[in-house]
Amino acid sequence: MADEVCVPIAADADIVVARGEGRALAGRLGFTRTDATLIATAISEVGRNILVHAGSGVVELAEAADDHRVAIVVIARDDGPGIPDIQSALREGFATGDGLGLGLPGSQRLMDEFVIDTKLGKGTTVTMRKWRDRDPLEILRPVDGADD
Amino acid sequence: MPVPILKQGSYLIASIQSALSDSEVLELRDDLADRIGRFRSRGIIIDVAALDVIDSFVARSLRNIARTASLRGAATVIVGIQPDVAVAMVQFRLNLEPLQTALDLEEALELLDRNARRREHDGG
Repeated sequence: MADEVCVPIAADADIVVARGEGRALAGRLGFTRTDATLIATAISEVGRNILVHAGSGVVELAEAADDHRVAIVVIARDDGPGIPDIQSALREGFATGDGLGLGLPGSQRLMDEFVIDTKLGKGTTVTMRKWRDRDPLEILRPVDGADD
Repeated sequence: MPVPILKQGSYLIASIQSALSDSEVLELRDDLADRIGRFRSRGIIIDVAALDVIDSFVARSLRNIARTASLRGAATVIVGIQPDVAVAMVQFRLNLEPLQTALDLEEALELLDRNARRREHDGG
């Protein structure tokens, strides 16, 4: 069974839950404490983005793997107004709502992959991944680690 | 759960006990601004060791606390930034300026004492 967590975001306390779940999943996937903090920080930013711009949404956390690597996948999804100008949203100091304009560009720097899919009036989905190389012994074990 | 704020002499020490939601961070800001006036405090120490992350919102709020305190005549020192949180802040390119930081409470108290002495010296 793949490890998956879904956290509804409707109040600021939910952001704390989402980043806690993200940190816990990162730990289960073998990320270092420092990487887990980078991941939790990025989750905090995209979670707040949902709250400020859309009012509510969901943060989904999942794992991904290829032959040599493991990833944590963070998907922040809302049905809000969408982002009219993504280039500006990713530029430093671009502030809308109650943000500093640092949230999205900062999160991009914390993660390995960062994709925004947005449609005006339909909503926004931010997908982020952070990868970790699996060590040689790990590669011999099944990906799920189902047998404990 | 509100952040406990201790009064020690002319200083206030806010000791964050757990991860904080955005509204709890704003509560802390308002509590501190209120107490600086009531206790005529000259310095604030905020212990952030228990914070799980310092993201853009927390960083901005800490800067705002320091600016508010400074308008009320008090200096602010942040202590206890965890090593992994420090790494994340650097990679994020979060800026805490003009905040003063110290490793622990003892160092923060020394820093505030030094500030106070300098102010007395300059003033007299």
